Amino acid sequence: MGGKIGELEAEKHVRYILLVEKRKDDFESVVTEHLRMNGAYWGLTTLDLLGKLEIVDQDEVVSWVMECQHESGGFGGNIGHDPHIVHTLSAVQVLALFDKLNVLDIDKIANYIAGLQNVDGSFSGDMWGEIDTRFSYIAICCLSLLQCLDKINVEKAVNYIMSCKNLDGGFGCTPGAESHAGQIFCCVGALALTGSLHHVDKDLLGWWLCERQVKSGGLNGRPEKLPDVCYSWWVLSSLIMIDRAHWIDKDKLIKFIIDCQDRENGGISDRPDDAVDVFHTYFGVAGLSLLEYPEVKAVDPAYALPVHVVNRIFFSR
Amino acid sequence: MHGRPRKAPKPEDTAASAAKAEKLRALQSQLLHNHHNQIYTKEALEISAKLLEANPESYTAWNYRKLAVEHNLSQSESDPDTVKSIISEELRVVENSLKQNFKSYGAWHHRKWVLSKGHSSVDHELQLLDRFQRADSRNFHAWNYRRFIVALKGISDEEELKYTTKLIETNFSNYSAWHNRSVLLSHLLQNKVKGFFPKEKVLVEEYEFVHQALFTDPDDQSGWFYHLWLLDQTVKPETPLLVSTWPVHGSDIIVSAEGCLDGRALSPFTSFHSDAGTFPLILYFNEAVEGVNSSTVTVKSVFTENKDLVWKPLATSKSCAAQAWVTHLNVPDVKLHPSTAYPIEVNLGDSQGIISLSGSHCSHPSRFAFTVCVQPLSSEHVERQGVEMILWRDVNFHFYDAHIQESSPIAYFDRLSIKKDHEPAASKWHAKTLVNEIALVRQLLSEIDCKIGKLTLARLLMAHDAMMSYMAPHSHKKVHSEEVLQLFSDLMELDPMHSQYYKEAQSLVLLQQVTSNRESLLKHCCHHRVSTSSSVGNSVCLRLNNLSLSRIGCVEQLLWVQMLDLSHNELRSIDGLEAMQLLSFLNLSHNKLSSFTALEPLRLLKLLKVLDISYNEIGAHPIDRRRYLCSSPLSHSVGSDWNFNEFVPDDAKVTNYWEAFAIFRGFNLMQLDIVGNAITDEKFKSFLIKVLPTLKWVDGEELH
Repeated sequence: MGGKIGELEAEKHVRYILLVEKRKDDFESVVTEHLRMNGAYWGLTTLDLLGKLEIVDQDEVVSWVMECQHESGGFGGNIGHDPHIVHTLSAVQVLALFDKLNVLDIDKIANYIAGLQNVDGSFSGDMWGEIDTRFSYIAICCLSLLQCLDKINVEKAVNYIMSCKNLDGGFGCTPGAESHAGQIFCCVGALALTGSLHHVDKDLLGWWLCERQVKSGGLNGRPEKLPDVCYSWWVLSSLIMIDRAHWIDKDKLIKFIIDCQDRENGGISDRPDDAVDVFHTYFGVAGLSLLEYPEVKAVDPAYALPVHVVNRIFFSR
Repeated sequence: MHGRPRKAPKPEDTAASAAKAEKLRALQSQLLHNHHNQIYTKEALEISAKLLEANPESYTAWNYRKLAVEHNLSQSESDPDTVKSIISEELRVVENSLKQNFKSYGAWHHRKWVLSKGHSSVDHELQLLDRFQRADSRNFHAWNYRRFIVALKGISDEEELKYTTKLIETNFSNYSAWHNRSVLLSHLLQNKVKGFFPKEKVLVEEYEFVHQALFTDPDDQSGWFYHLWLLDQTVKPETPLLVSTWPVHGSDIIVSAEGCLDGRALSPFTSFHSDAGTFPLILYFNEAVEGVNSSTVTVKSVFTENKDLVWKPLATSKSCAAQAWVTHLNVPDVKLHPSTAYPIEVNLGDSQGIISLSGSHCSHPSRFAFTVCVQPLSSEHVERQGVEMILWRDVNFHFYDAHIQESSPIAYFDRLSIKKDHEPAASKWHAKTLVNEIALVRQLLSEIDCKIGKLTLARLLMAHDAMMSYMAPHSHKKVHSEEVLQLFSDLMELDPMHSQYYKEAQSLVLLQQVTSNRESLLKHCCHHRVSTSSSVGNSVCLRLNNLSLSRIGCVEQLLWVQMLDLSHNELRSIDGLEAMQLLSFLNLSHNKLSSFTALEPLRLLKLLKVLDISYNEIGAHPIDRRRYLCSSPLSHSVGSDWNFNEFVPDDAKVTNYWEAFAIFRGFNLMQLDIVGNAITDEKFKSFLIKVLPTLKWVDGEELH
């Protein structure tokens, strides 16, 4: 198993994430201001996987998260922004990291999410009706973490996801849409969380997914595209959920991720020598976790949270 | 940031960026102010437009504009000019935003939302799309939008198919276009649209079309994925088929209530001992099916009324579909009718109702018949069986004498799988197509060494072998298996990154070889004896040990197996074993099983008594790859029998134990070997003994 201790610049990545959290004035943070809830989830989960979550002022984060909640039950991407299912999941995940799900009015969130399910089983992202299998995953993951999956029609939700299955074994955003590794993660994840992975053609999809590994060792998201660190998460977590992760070369992927680090200032980028961001830093570290890299905590491939957090929710007594 | 080079910013860049940020920040706070105060004036809208053109992902700004459109439309009193100007302004803002970022989900959705209002023409949309698709022919947002517009305008599948032809001819590497082609063509074939029937004719044209791509750039994946889909369309039977059963057609089954009689070498194919007073009847299909029940399958017997038979799918999930199905027939009362051969007849496929996942009905009627004879049980034997522990050492195994009488395992070999000559004309076309494709790929490979071409050749050869053995039942030879094995060995060298994939494929070919004829199967059949004088149960063991297997297959040929040795292989998963309902003794030691959850198929083996999982990797990996393939609280798929906490020692870390509990609860194991796994310590062992109250031996030690 690859992964030499010392190659992962864990401390620098922690410093980088803390810096991004504080930075509010440069163009990058302004342009991403509307998805800060997402960013918080990426950054904080990375810190937890690196064993440094305690650095963060938990109360400050929790009260900010709760300020983003709307009367409808949904959360916005930042204070003042509209509620959306994406940010609602991120908020729940952040609270789960801190073992603070008890601050939530669970019924209220569950009703918000259940209200976004359409008659065909699909989910809208918010009241404006954009439909995408990403939102199916989000709804299922969120309700599952809150242990109230019975609020939605799971059978219809699964049927809708299956209607997005393609002839290459993958899944797209909507019926007929091309397979894409990010979308495959969402669909496979939703099927995993509802005990429905028997619907997946594991060998066909597994081969398509393992063929995402290109010569450099990195993974792309669709055939004939460039590799990108974020697919270390989307592809690998999907491969793990269907038990086909051994079909790729783990050592080469580890090397690719390690090569995408900014060794000076911390952070991980999409490809070697590109500019880093929190998104890719999370996907790089989470990818290393799935690859059982030493000194990185284990991450759950379906809930996209550290395994200890998921186990705390489902197995504590 | 996607695709942006990493470099230290120059001072002048920092200043420019700060100014830009300042401007954007001002727009954002003005937008939020207008949004919260429901201000929809022209000036306010202009601010949101500027913001979105700079930052198209600002979803709250799109929401604001939608509210504004609704507000302003309601104020317009349906004046067509006002309505038109409101709508065209929205389309303009979207177009400008897409120029900034044509992957913006928010912008594309806003456009759909506006058009769905129905106030504007969609004619302009395809031109706009052409521009975007020319700039990036793989942009899946544009493709999704295209499907939306096509549906809105009612453009036919044939028209769209032509569009994909045009794009593919421009660039063979356009996977998105190939994908859309497969979607459209499936619709057209399924609906038997004029010009797209018969299917064979269409597929021939598609093969020709894709050949151009394969020969132009053999290393490009796009065409090959399409080719794989065509191959699947060619070889996959249109309706599900029954491929094997237990008991097999024409067999005479001997059931003893417990153990077998001394001194008689009973064939494992024909004799079966039952403690539960029942014996299983197994149906194995070529694909997962639903709807096997007492109205779709008729079992004529004196033992159990057909209507009382309950059929269960052998699936490791809550699925109601499976390749293998089982029901249990009651063993008749031994004392009343000793040594009478009772006939049993099974019929299926006469009525519709057995359906594949793709919705096609099993429409080929199948019938099979066998007899069942009941043997009184030997009390001496029962006693002995109660005290013997199974040892899997080589000295306990003795090869079958190849000259043994006809009642040996091979007697029924030819009947193990069911073969029929369905749709001869179609089969002839299928075989011809495969031969053509094989020749073509060989030609390609003679010009260039290409991994995906080699893989395709291996797949074609396997499909051809499968088809030939199916069409010609008595010459059951896998003629190409040596070549296929060699191709996979080459591939492991050529493409080491995916060597495990090739290795698994190779394992399947190897198992096909082993199970493809009497002689090779016999080489793996052994008698099992505890000592020289006695035998345990009906102890013929199929030994598939030491074969470097990383995958199990050909289970349909092995439904008769009661004792199986898979030790010293490289198995990470045992998926498929769930169909071997007669299995009582199983050795999985020295493999690569990395978690208890990998043992989920065993939960369906109700007769399993002896299990050896020693020297695997259970507990050695922080990431459990089988976590979501087994029933557990994580996937909300456990029932009321999940009383886990009752079994876990108070001071134990719960998370170390739940997987073992998920698998072993309800098992009736007598003997378990688990030594040599990372998980095992004394505390864990005592937990296992609590969960498995029937255990007599653990790791070779007798429990007291």
